[in-house]
Amino acid sequence: MADTPKISLRGVYKSFGSNHVLRGIDLDLAAGRSLVIIGGSGMGKSVLLKCILGLMHPDKGTICIDNEKVNGLSGRKQAKVMAKFGMLFQGGALFDSLTVWENVAFRLLYADGMKRKQAREHAIAALAQVNLEADTALLRPAELSGGMQKRVGLARAIVARPQIMFFDEPTTGLDPITADVINNLIRRQVSALGATAISITHDMVSARKIADEIAMLYEGKIIWRGPAKDVDHSGNPYVEQFVTGSETGPIKVMAG
Amino acid sequence: MNPLAIIGRATLALIRTAGALAIFSVRGLMAALAPPWYLDQLRAQLLRIGFFSLPVVGLTAVFTGAALALNIYTGGSRFNAEQFVPDIVVLGITRELGPVLASLMLAGRVSAAMAAEIGAMRVTEQIDALKTLSTDPFRFLVAPRVTAAVICVPLLVLVADIIGVFGGYAVSTQTLGFNGATYIRNTMNFVTNWDVISGLIKAAVFGYIIALMGCYHGYNSRRGAQGVGRATTNAVVSAAILIFAANYVLTTLFV
Ligand SMILES: Nc1ncnc2c1ncn2[C@@H]1O[C@H](COP(=O)(O)OP(=O)(O)OP(=O)(O)O)[C@@H](O)[C@H]1O
Ligand SMILES: [Mg+2]
Repeated sequence: MADTPKISLRGVYKSFGSNHVLRGIDLDLAAGRSLVIIGGSGMGKSVLLKCILGLMHPDKGTICIDNEKVNGLSGRKQAKVMAKFGMLFQGGALFDSLTVWENVAFRLLYADGMKRKQAREHAIAALAQVNLEADTALLRPAELSGGMQKRVGLARAIVARPQIMFFDEPTTGLDPITADVINNLIRRQVSALGATAISITHDMVSARKIADEIAMLYEGKIIWRGPAKDVDHSGNPYVEQFVTGSETGPIKVMAG
Repeated sequence: MNPLAIIGRATLALIRTAGALAIFSVRGLMAALAPPWYLDQLRAQLLRIGFFSLPVVGLTAVFTGAALALNIYTGGSRFNAEQFVPDIVVLGITRELGPVLASLMLAGRVSAAMAAEIGAMRVTEQIDALKTLSTDPFRFLVAPRVTAAVICVPLLVLVADIIGVFGGYAVSTQTLGFNGATYIRNTMNFVTNWDVISGLIKAAVFGYIIALMGCYHGYNSRRGAQGVGRATTNAVVSAAILIFAANYVLTTLFV
């Protein structure tokens, strides 16, 4: 029996006016696998995640989660699909009117109706997983450093043990040691808890550590995809240029 | 440029905005009327809109009532009708100036704050984050604000009515030589329940407009800090204009 993919995209297009960001994305990801998407800044990686989440509506194409078409859902149906997801936003997107622990426990408190005391224990445990002390729990997001905000966002994404986790640049702005803690944490979510993960990163160290597979997004398409260990000898000049971080190659650094 | 094209484009934009606003207000209303309700959010908004607006509303009312009394006295004295000051003051305050002026002040205070807060949440992706946490932003953000405003603004206007009449009373007894007890008796004999209630109905409608404009412009703000600034201005201006328009319509119904 062929496994149905957890996430499946067919012919997904998305433009903003004349800016054609996604130009026909086909992507399947099996349950329990970790995919890292690499690609230049402004190539549409974040837009791709937002389309899968239903936060942006693709112009064309279908997106299926567990074989069920999810694009175009709204209201309660969308909320139900969202229960499968945990998302770390690139900018953190923490609620600045709430304390750190209320942010982390938001889903438990407001969507699942958990008692505050219990939700708080879950939140503090999740904060510990991202290397944050329990006494940060009572601070407001504005009182945290950028890297701490990122980790709070990460704790919020994993606290309810979602089946699918999206991490938009989980290690940017972190020191190498904390970044390694986060890499291991993401790896553990997938290996030990069986979550399906898509991460976006520019950090190749992190990508190698997190990924089962790596895919590269370029000019609105997935131009290469393969096992993480193959990324260094992909035979694809675009990927090679990206991985080695070279200015010379097929990727134009400055258009014009 | 073809003038017809300009008119056409403007008309289409207007229709589009009206449509978007209609959809927004229906969604907001539905979220406010059906559970789940986020009562802690509602409580916070009641405090913010209701309690913390009291000074603004009180000051507006007392000075308006006082100035109104002086003007009516001046006008009344031209045909020996000074004794009608208490009657006209209470009528003017309860039916018109209490609801309209208090709501305009609240448009400045409350609509602006809502638009700025929700707008900032929009541009920092907090609204997207709400959705990924299985929470409908209309229920979590819009419904508590609309409900709180519809509850609070009439209560604030009731306070404004009382303080406004007091302003008229104070200036009449202190500088215009009215007898305090007579002034109060005249006021109470003249004013009808409907004067007050029609003003409070207006206030509820204005409260809805205030919250709706704040939420709508905040929710649809774009492009960073500049977009939030524009949303805030638009919220206040559109709330004020809609209050004036709704006031006219309601007044024609209530006379
Ligand atoms: N809401 C929006 N409205 C208009 N254009 C947008 C919007 N969001 C993204 N874009 C455009 O889509 C393109 C891709 O943006 P996206 O945020 O997905 O890039 P990215 O690959 O995540 O880049 P980075 O690595 O810098 O985060 C950019 O050109 C951006 O200008
Ligand atoms: Mg991005």
